[in-house]
Amino acid sequence: MLIRKASDIPASEITPEAVYIDRRRFLGRAAGMGLAGALALAGCDAGDASAAGRTRESGGDVVGGAAGGEGEGEDEVTEERRVTEYNNFYEFGTDKSDPAENAKDFRTRPWTIAVEGLVAKPAVYQLEDFIRPSKIEERIYRLRCVEAWSAVIPWLGFPLADVLRRAEPLGSARYVELTTLYDPKQMPGQRRALLDWPYTEGLRLDEAMHPLAILSTGMYGKTLPNQNGAPLRLVVPWKYGFKSIKSVVKLRLTERQPATAWNRANPDEYGFYSNVNPEVDHPRWSQAKERRLGEFRKRPTLMFNGYADQVGRLYAGMDLRKNY
Amino acid sequence: MPAPGGPPQLQHGPRAAARRQRAGARATAASRAVSRAWWGKPLVFTVALVPLAVLAWRLVADDLGGDPIEALEQETGTWALRFVAITLALTPLRQLTGWNALVRYRRMLGLFAFFYATVHLGIYAGLDMELNAADVVEDVVEHPYVTIGFATWLLLLPLAVTSTRGWVRRLGGRRWNRLHQLVYVVAVTGTIHYLWAVKKDTLRPFTYALVFAVLLGWRVWARRRPRPADRRAGEAAA
Repeated sequence: MLIRKASDIPASEITPEAVYIDRRRFLGRAAGMGLAGALALAGCDAGDASAAGRTRESGGDVVGGAAGGEGEGEDEVTEERRVTEYNNFYEFGTDKSDPAENAKDFRTRPWTIAVEGLVAKPAVYQLEDFIRPSKIEERIYRLRCVEAWSAVIPWLGFPLADVLRRAEPLGSARYVELTTLYDPKQMPGQRRALLDWPYTEGLRLDEAMHPLAILSTGMYGKTLPNQNGAPLRLVVPWKYGFKSIKSVVKLRLTERQPATAWNRANPDEYGFYSNVNPEVDHPRWSQAKERRLGEFRKRPTLMFNGYADQVGRLYAGMDLRKNY
Repeated sequence: MPAPGGPPQLQHGPRAAARRQRAGARATAASRAVSRAWWGKPLVFTVALVPLAVLAWRLVADDLGGDPIEALEQETGTWALRFVAITLALTPLRQLTGWNALVRYRRMLGLFAFFYATVHLGIYAGLDMELNAADVVEDVVEHPYVTIGFATWLLLLPLAVTSTRGWVRRLGGRRWNRLHQLVYVVAVTGTIHYLWAVKKDTLRPFTYALVFAVLLGWRVWARRRPRPADRRAGEAAA
């Protein structure tokens, strides 16, 4: 059940300080920019009654970036069915309609998540325990696939940084590696060696700690559909969509840059960073434009998917053509 | 001696020869019957348009998934390849079954391959690239899968133009046959275009490659075996 109510509790008292401070960076282009509201879902698997402070910011606009007034097209939330019926989730088949069809019986409970590697507090969690300490917020993000289509999705989730801080990374930790479930019985696509299973992805630690990076448990006010990466997935909106790994079972802090599925499949085409960058083409197609699902005309792709103000500093001085 | 265009010579001896003669006569009679059927060509024409009609319907019904333009591009492209395959299958089919009537439809089916390829190109240039000439030129020049795709369409163009009887006469049977062997090149380049366009799952392009390998390989094999030469003008060299 979805409960939204205007709260008389000021956001500054509820929202974690880092997010609140960063919100000031999110604000600041044309009208209506702002961090989308914080929502607690009553009765969902993630929340329980003790999730204090149900605040909802007004606006709910796309976080950050250059929507609207730049003449690059508005950022309307994409129609839900387009996002739930058009998926790249090769574990369930390679046609865009396959995951919605083949993931119907995918079991998302019980679900365990391991946090391991270079951390002071490694542990294996049941999903509910993993989520409980965090406050679920709604984040409306652009998502840009490397195939040059995109969507605007209202995710429900919490910062990846929450989890990492709780695990207490050691000084030697430089990267986070995330892994998807490996279960060919449930995931027919894993019976073919199309990618190296299980699917793995990774982030540099500072990227992972960035407030924009979230672990998501829901979208459009509901629990994540199976085909969208239930019960828990990563969303890194300034990178190509394949970095937003789905159905996560493990997070591991490492010293060395982790291998990632698409980079192993096609190292010339998919790099570790894979930041959205209209100036660096995919070897086989241009990345200068994209088509928003549900829209007819294409639109120009924005640097870092429109989140340049928030994440640009992470890549200061880096050659983004080499580090594609 | 088997009837012209009859089944290939697989056995020897007078009994076999007699059997062949009867089968050939039956086949010729049957194919003559179909040739006389006035509804043959309109039927094939209508059926060949069904894929396009279905696509149009699904477009209107918004049943083409999240990216309808990409879906249209893909579907029209695969249908173009399918019609090339169907066209190439006619000769082996004819030589296996003795149904000469099949040849009647080869031009129409070949033209449908060109038709779907043109729709495919039109959707690419018009809807995907939004008639932006600079984008199209850049794409064709910089991205090999687009280059070879465009080249494939360019190869189909002279085949479409010279598909009429008038052109067969103008060029003469032998030159016309030679020119229309370009369809073999189209099969290869069209498949490569598909293969280079897919992100990772090469299963379908390789399936087409297999199909074309069989259809083209069959011709190589058939040419090697001794059989009565077919000199009728307009018959594509086997």
